[in-house]
Amino acid sequence: MPKKTGNTERKEQIRSDALRKVRGRALFIEDIPHDRLLHGATARSPVPHGLIRGFLNIDEVRAMEGVRAVLTAADIPGENTVPFVKDDYPCLAGSEVKFRGQPLALVAAETRDQARAAAEALKADIEEYPAVFEAVDAMRPDTVRVGGDDNIHSSYRIRKGDIDEGFRAADIIVERIYRNSHQVHCYLENMGMTAVPSPSGGVVVSGSMQCPFYVHNALVRVTGLQYSKIRVLQAETGGGFGGKEDMPSLQAAHTALLALKTGRPVRIIYDRREDFIAMSKRHPVRTRIKYGASADGKITACEAEYIVNGGAYCTLSPIVAWRGLIHITGPYEIPNIMADSYVMATNTVPCGAFRGFGQPQANFANESLIDELAEKLDMDPLELRRKNLLKTGSVTATGQRIGESCGMEEALERTVKRISFRRRKSGDPGVKKRGMGLSVTFYGVGLGAEGKYFAKSGAQVYVKEDGSVLVAVGNVEMGQGSETVFTRICADTLGCPYDMVDVLEPDTTRVPDSGPTVASRATMVGGRAVLDAALKVRDALTRSAADIIGVRPFDISVSGHKYVSSDGREAEYIEVVRAAYARREKMAAQGWYRVEGVSFDEKTGQGDAYPVYTFSANACEVEVDTETGQVKVLRLVAAHDIGKAIHTPSAEGQIQGGAVQAVGYALYENLVLEKGRILNPSLTGYTVPTSVDVCDVVPIIVESPYPEGPFGAKGLGEPPMVGPAAAVMNAIYDACGVRVRKTPCLPEDIMEELKKIT
Amino acid sequence: MNISLILNDNKVNIDFNPLRPLLEMLREGFALRSLKEGCGRGECGTCTVLLDGKPVTACMVASGQVEGRSVMTLEGLEGNESFRRIQRAFMETGAVQCGFCTPGFLIAAYALLRDNPSPGREDIRRAVSGNLCRCTGYTKIIDAVERAGEILR
Repeated sequence: MPKKTGNTERKEQIRSDALRKVRGRALFIEDIPHDRLLHGATARSPVPHGLIRGFLNIDEVRAMEGVRAVLTAADIPGENTVPFVKDDYPCLAGSEVKFRGQPLALVAAETRDQARAAAEALKADIEEYPAVFEAVDAMRPDTVRVGGDDNIHSSYRIRKGDIDEGFRAADIIVERIYRNSHQVHCYLENMGMTAVPSPSGGVVVSGSMQCPFYVHNALVRVTGLQYSKIRVLQAETGGGFGGKEDMPSLQAAHTALLALKTGRPVRIIYDRREDFIAMSKRHPVRTRIKYGASADGKITACEAEYIVNGGAYCTLSPIVAWRGLIHITGPYEIPNIMADSYVMATNTVPCGAFRGFGQPQANFANESLIDELAEKLDMDPLELRRKNLLKTGSVTATGQRIGESCGMEEALERTVKRISFRRRKSGDPGVKKRGMGLSVTFYGVGLGAEGKYFAKSGAQVYVKEDGSVLVAVGNVEMGQGSETVFTRICADTLGCPYDMVDVLEPDTTRVPDSGPTVASRATMVGGRAVLDAALKVRDALTRSAADIIGVRPFDISVSGHKYVSSDGREAEYIEVVRAAYARREKMAAQGWYRVEGVSFDEKTGQGDAYPVYTFSANACEVEVDTETGQVKVLRLVAAHDIGKAIHTPSAEGQIQGGAVQAVGYALYENLVLEKGRILNPSLTGYTVPTSVDVCDVVPIIVESPYPEGPFGAKGLGEPPMVGPAAAVMNAIYDACGVRVRKTPCLPEDIMEELKKIT
Repeated sequence: MNISLILNDNKVNIDFNPLRPLLEMLREGFALRSLKEGCGRGECGTCTVLLDGKPVTACMVASGQVEGRSVMTLEGLEGNESFRRIQRAFMETGAVQCGFCTPGFLIAAYALLRDNPSPGREDIRRAVSGNLCRCTGYTKIIDAVERAGEILR
């Protein structure tokens, strides 16, 4: 039920971007008109692996109606690479093609249909090579070589304590293998980009994206232009979830190449099918994991092997697997750990960033196994978790001591209380059986030690003559609410009303490289940059207020929309701004924040991996129809310790939306590949949850403040997606005694397992 | 082909290929940009408009089919006080995240509340089940429609 609140309070809760969106006036990339616009399209590889000998009909395609340019790898003026973690991903395939759907050539034409028809018509002469599709197959020494000498894109390890001693000390040992399939982002706005040549010989690129500075880097590499000739703007972005972290760089490069070649504005927008085929996915993972525990339920050791199918190129996979590995033993204090991750190269679509970034797979494995361990110990899984949970002062798998900001226990206890957690142990008579399940997670906020090069953010705050404020930031709004969060951090610091603040569209010419908008870092890192800039301007306002009131600046503080002296005299915000202008104070300032103090030893896997962690608990009740295998989630409660909610409705929205994506991951979303070909590239073939498939999600916000974060805030974007899949699977087991060790868990999986136990 | 229709309460004519989708005619022919293309196959609901008062996905209607009929988009509904209250409820409830699906949901919600002023949560879930949202998990959208219903009654 909506909360009963007064009009003022309700108005205060409205997001800064809500009005333009309910009026249909938000400008997504396809909504921005351009004169003389050309439409771009991409010719893609029909085979999963092969040698490109050339193109059979390129002159005919160039002569097709409306076609203005056809570009291949040979036409790239700069380097043929789009930089991610490694520089292995070609902008257009040069000699070797490594996955079905890989871009081979680009077309620009007068209409979208003409461009697509031309791209479709272009025929490449490709000598097909043998291909490998599964990560475990790519590990065989005699198999096809996709990347490097051994098909390993990357590997990481954690060694803590003495693993043999840990298992010797255990009374019970349980070991299982869990598997996850691909997951597709399915943001509602397909990927799109526009490039406009600029008079200086450069190019302005705008589009749907999470990381304008990644796009900027890629454009410099591919075009050979210097940074100052390229400007990147983020248009309104219709959902990202990580899917618009990596691949926008590739699409932007394609669009810019066509614009520079033709001298005209060019737009590339994928249709839904192409978006499914071209964009990166959540990685399929096979996890072997083993816990040892004493009879009283203390976990003594954990061993894990986390094998990731990275696809044909490495994109962000090493960091995905690193994050997965750091968290794979669960939010528990365990003295002895041996864990290894491998990202394998295969001839499938490259996987990349997706909300949770390796953790949903890892958490699915460890939180399923915890329940399996509890059963062997004959313990309540809730009790087993309570006994081992991380708390302030606990040491993580990487040897990091958990700081003061740790709401793990509170998150768990409030969750089980809210849902009245009670296990049924398959006790329901009849066909439809109900059960409850639980999971707990922790999430390292930000890029961590392996991404620290990008762990920085910039902002500019500019107070105008009438007290209105322009805020320039490098981190983007993509639906998650960062624009509102930045508005509030700035307004509350300056003492100005929220509706006087405008956050500008992210633009690489306005603020320094602020890293990506990923890893739940926008509030904690981008927000600190806004705070830093706002505090600098506030210093000037404070001096002016002191002048008006006739006290020292030291005696001034900000309260609501007023500057107040310690003896209780006041000056209104707007009055202070006018005084500051009269004094010729500098009313604009740049802010900067960089994350310090993270470390990671690649030999031992020990170090302070992340600056701080978000702690979460999920519980749900499901109903399993034992005649059809259908599972319905009836109730879902999710609690997250995020330090501080800067804007509560947005925080709740993140929790609810992430949980529903995770229910889709657990039960519905099934991408089917056959020899690297995606067989169901549509929203009918690949089913994301609709409003009738899911229940209301009850969000609980726990606030254990993090002193380094703005107003105590940590990060929230990703944690909601991490835990619910295991909670659902544990609930299914509780309902009907069936343990499915894969995602998605489809009705046929339930039926097959049910047959085994009856 | 010349197509004449009542678009957002105004009689209009346009020379447009009758086989092309209504979505394209509205966006490109009339510059009505509130409706979006999310799939082009009637799967996602981001191009929902009212055709003779009923919600349809404009990507699945051929332009020629609207000859002589009434088409209403978000732009045309903005003068309607009930519709504005629904917009307001979406804003106040936090039902808007990325905003790409929002116009479609608003139109589906408007059609529901026009026909059923007191829908239950399950009625609301069914009424918007043709509209996908990947951001909110639907809870706050259902809250918003429920709240709009309370205000409009």
